[in-house]
Amino acid sequence: MPHVDAPAKQGPSRRGILFGGAAAGLGAIVALGIDSLSSAAAPAGGSEPLHGQAVIPFYGSHQAGITTEPQAHASYVALNLRDGLDHESLQRLLRLLSDDAARLTQGQAALADTEPELGTVPARLTVTFGFGPKLMELAGSSAGESQPLPEFKIDELEERWNDGDLLLHIASDDPLSVAHAQRMMLKDARRFASVKWVQSGFRRSRGSEASGTTMRNLFGQVDGTVNPVPGSEDFNSVVWNADGSTTMVIRRIRMNVDTWDELDRSGREFSVGRTLGNGAPTTGSKEHDEPDFEATNALGFTVIAAHAHIRRARSENTNERIFRRGYNYDEPPTGSEISNSGLIFVSYQKSVAEQYTPMQQRLSDLDALNQWTTPIGSAVFLIPQGCAEGGFIGETLFAA
Amino acid sequence: MKTSFALRTTALSAAALIALAGCAGTPAANSNPAPAGATVTMKDPWVKAIDEGMSAGFGTIRNTGGQDITITSVTSPASSDLELHETVANESGAMVMREKTGGFTIPAHGELHLEPGGSHIMLMDLAEPLKPGSTVNMSLEFSDGTSSETIAPVKDFAGANENYDGSEHEGMDHGEMDKDDSESESAHDH
Repeated sequence: MPHVDAPAKQGPSRRGILFGGAAAGLGAIVALGIDSLSSAAAPAGGSEPLHGQAVIPFYGSHQAGITTEPQAHASYVALNLRDGLDHESLQRLLRLLSDDAARLTQGQAALADTEPELGTVPARLTVTFGFGPKLMELAGSSAGESQPLPEFKIDELEERWNDGDLLLHIASDDPLSVAHAQRMMLKDARRFASVKWVQSGFRRSRGSEASGTTMRNLFGQVDGTVNPVPGSEDFNSVVWNADGSTTMVIRRIRMNVDTWDELDRSGREFSVGRTLGNGAPTTGSKEHDEPDFEATNALGFTVIAAHAHIRRARSENTNERIFRRGYNYDEPPTGSEISNSGLIFVSYQKSVAEQYTPMQQRLSDLDALNQWTTPIGSAVFLIPQGCAEGGFIGETLFAA
Repeated sequence: MKTSFALRTTALSAAALIALAGCAGTPAANSNPAPAGATVTMKDPWVKAIDEGMSAGFGTIRNTGGQDITITSVTSPASSDLELHETVANESGAMVMREKTGGFTIPAHGELHLEPGGSHIMLMDLAEPLKPGSTVNMSLEFSDGTSSETIAPVKDFAGANENYDGSEHEGMDHGEMDKDDSESESAHDH
């Protein structure tokens, strides 16, 4: 006899909008109503707030995962397309992966999901797709802005962290949700592509600090203070192209925490031009105070040194700005190391060549921080526009 | 929710069905129940990718109507030979698949889950390889002569390798995933 169940669990039956911190105004956080699964999971009589059912929309004019207040956990997966893939099979791949992402990010199991229960706690899961030059060409488009960066003298790039044809940026406040989405999507990608590299990153857990707090890196620095605010006109002018696309630079920056240990606190602050306490410029008192690059000390030297990171990062040309959204990494040490730590530097900008590269060139030429940091991986991806229900990420490339 | 695969279910009139599918079913004449094709939807359909031979289709069939309905057969351009299968224990206790005689009956306001290891739609003598990311059109044919169409994405799936009760079917496991089962014919050395 057929097996008949009660009606299956529906998606969110009531949706409320939650606003918090810097996410306010984005309208991006959607949570299930109280009648959802979360109520069943809550401890009896408990008041512990649960975040697992918070959902970020997948469909939209831009891809999710960029203006999204950064989730606690991220996995960046670069794939190499297998030889022999053509225009048609590439579309099939992107349809499969878009469908997986559309379901999983909304807390629904993927089609043919062998662990459907792992797909029911999205915790703001997002999947953002990036295209490398080979994929762009296969789709019939020019590689354009997805070309690799020029070489910088500070680089010690290792091929195992470089480039890639297709990037899946998977992020959630729950690492199990990241792992499941990654496994599910790689199962669907396996026939079409192989894994080139995976970079796992983290920030503070959700709820540890107010959302919108600038992250700290493993040097203890407040990292990312000067950043356009998602949703603002300034952000839109820095990040979004007219068609809804953007570009992404991802660089694996090894941080030498052992030699950093040799530096005292004032030396650390001097190298950057910001205090460690709250990230304020050394000429100010609050994190977002404008640095005074002209201010001098009793000896007549500028307080913010000529080679301080924040001085070198800034350009007179306000077009040379980017939106940073990086993560920390901390991998098992090897050999005699006790740490294998660093930063997964991630930036979004309309144009890599016009916005990112000039800034990186200045930092490569001179930046006090270079003494303790080494870029060991580098990749550039076009982040295509979002899609509507029924569509898939990248579809406009094929329509052209 | 609608996803990147267009999923739709269309009710066809009995007359149209007969014309299209050559079905000889006679619409039920008593008490004018809503046609099954208008009350049945298939949610989240998918079909296992395979290069040749046979495959299986899965999903959740919902009957939103107030009458029990029976699916008597399924037709598809992908296969000239489709069967409705159930999984049951044989004499020795092993779970085996066999054709569901009389079709699948779905109670009023009920659901039928078609899933690996359980009931499913069997597609035999495939017309061409079922490639992952492509779609398969299927038409569910009901005992009242109506039908409902669905579009099922094709997905790689390592499971659904059930045993069959009877010798006429081989195992379905033609698509064991390994590196050589890639989209490309040529070697890859990334």
